[in-house]
Amino acid sequence: MSGLAPSAPIDPTPTDWKQSAMQRRIRRRYAAERRFRLVGLGAVLLSGGFLAFLLITMMINGLSGFSQTEVRLDIGPSQAAAIAAGNHEAALGEGVYSEGAWVRLRDGGVRQGSVWLPASTAIDSAAKGEGEAVAEVAYQRLSNEDRVRTRINWGFLTGADATDPTLVGIWGAFKGSLLTMMVTILIAFPVGVLSAVYLEEYAPRNRWTDMIEVSINNLAAVPSIIFGLLGLAIFLNVMHLPRSAPIVGGLTLALMTMPVIVIAGRNAIKSVPPSIRDAALGIGASRIQVVFHHVLPLALPGILTGTIIGMARALGETAPLLMIGMRAFIAAPPGGFSEPATVLPVQIFLWSDEVSRGFVEKTSAAIIVLLAFLLAMNGLAIYLRNRFEKRW
Amino acid sequence: MDIETTTIPKMTARGVSVFYGDKKAIDDVSIDVSRENVTAFIGPSGCGKSTFLRTLNRMNDTIASARVEGRIELDGEDIYGKAMDVVQLRARVGMVFQKPNPFPKSIYENVAYGPRIHGLASSRSEMDVIVERSLKRAGLWDEVKERLQESGTALSGGQQQRLCIARAIAVDPEVILMDEPCSALDPIATAKIEELIHELRGRYAIVIVTHNMQQAARVSQRTAFFHLGVLVEYGETTEIFTNPRQTRTKDYITGRYG
Repeated sequence: MSGLAPSAPIDPTPTDWKQSAMQRRIRRRYAAERRFRLVGLGAVLLSGGFLAFLLITMMINGLSGFSQTEVRLDIGPSQAAAIAAGNHEAALGEGVYSEGAWVRLRDGGVRQGSVWLPASTAIDSAAKGEGEAVAEVAYQRLSNEDRVRTRINWGFLTGADATDPTLVGIWGAFKGSLLTMMVTILIAFPVGVLSAVYLEEYAPRNRWTDMIEVSINNLAAVPSIIFGLLGLAIFLNVMHLPRSAPIVGGLTLALMTMPVIVIAGRNAIKSVPPSIRDAALGIGASRIQVVFHHVLPLALPGILTGTIIGMARALGETAPLLMIGMRAFIAAPPGGFSEPATVLPVQIFLWSDEVSRGFVEKTSAAIIVLLAFLLAMNGLAIYLRNRFEKRW
Repeated sequence: MDIETTTIPKMTARGVSVFYGDKKAIDDVSIDVSRENVTAFIGPSGCGKSTFLRTLNRMNDTIASARVEGRIELDGEDIYGKAMDVVQLRARVGMVFQKPNPFPKSIYENVAYGPRIHGLASSRSEMDVIVERSLKRAGLWDEVKERLQESGTALSGGQQQRLCIARAIAVDPEVILMDEPCSALDPIATAKIEELIHELRGRYAIVIVTHNMQQAARVSQRTAFFHLGVLVEYGETTEIFTNPRQTRTKDYITGRYG
């Protein structure tokens, strides 16, 4: 302390801020900052590049999945006779139509003139420039006869799974995902938020709550396939809920999403300043009024962020749904929560496993639909979050 | 220890000790809070004056490890007794905190919140009357009457603290506890709060904890000096500051320690 006394001698050599060692240190510091900025920028560019690569590849491969080649069938006397006899397949004759085209012909009810029918996979591929030699020749012939055209494949957006890639649709899986996500959020959000509130605001701090906290943190890290096994054991084997149904898928994914919401919710609740709780308690608000009038509204943006992360993970989840039978071939969109369904990621997985060449573009197209769904869901959540933030 | 008052006290504490776990923060304090006077609690940091203040409306209940012994009465009713509802107690014994802590809502909502949860207003116009009256009593009305829908957090520090006082007044309490209400404020805002305390005196029993001895001398009629969890001396403010009986009190108010 004597150094601070007024009688202490002044330091004989004052620091020379201009000396060369000092200047070198300054230069080194600037260089370090520049390096760090470049590395950071590089990291951002790299991840942005990967994302762009993914999106561009998907677009290139997948956009053709939304279009479909059609071949015109001119109904002559022989075709008309076959149609009248109910033998629609015979009416199609040559193998340029898709396997299910006769159904379209039958349901269309056309008996004369001409009708456009979906082309076979081989012709479709040839039209998109990636067909085999034989198909190319057939396509050239049809093209010369002016019997081919390309149309937006509305059937892809409104139909369900099929064995023929030209006839498959994504709506079945999309609706399955929608129903499953509804079940998931209806279960996981309230249960997760209420657990977080209880643990933060009500539960005493003791060995039991410590154990619960550790369990929840571990639960959030459990591989998803194990939740699938759990769902299989509980919801199917014990509770006998219908197999392959969105309700079971939703419950299973809710189990998986809940810990994420609980952890995010607890952190959000913890970050609400205690002075707000004091203020409310100080004018005689009850515990539940403090929580629902003050703490939860302030914590809501944080809780919603956690929910978005959890739901996005649930939407992209495949493994646990395989365990509860949502990988079945479902040729019709589900009519309700207890009907057999599949979901987008599982549909992508199933199509990517198909041998037929036509499924490649359908797989990519399904990925585009999944990403769009994800984007829409996140957009909605971010909109809600901002709205709640503005209110305060 | 003198605990005599001229009239019936508003609150009485007898043999009150407060523990945080095994640590004794307050040791056997007995004190009367007068109905018509401002009572100041003074003492060095960590002497337990804030802790004791928070036992008067059971804010210490929110701390899991805190335990209170002894008896505290509000108008003869044991506030730690089974018959006492803690929510109603806190409405009757309001509190203003060290740091201004308005809700992140509009000025109107800040004041209206208390009356609303206690059902003190049956209509929108009744609520308007309560809000206006509370803001007027807190000396804030003229500054905010044009912008009641703006956020309470957008006000200056001193205005925020007066908003907090208005919020406490709005539920029509009998006692107002103030925990160092000016320690985060500049001198002008502090002067306004002190003026306000003068005006509120008589209508509400007021207890104020303060670090600032001049403030205690200015605003209070009775002063209690706490040291190391013990009530050292309690009496008329003028007595305490001009003629303290205990040497510890004298040393503190003359700036020997603190």
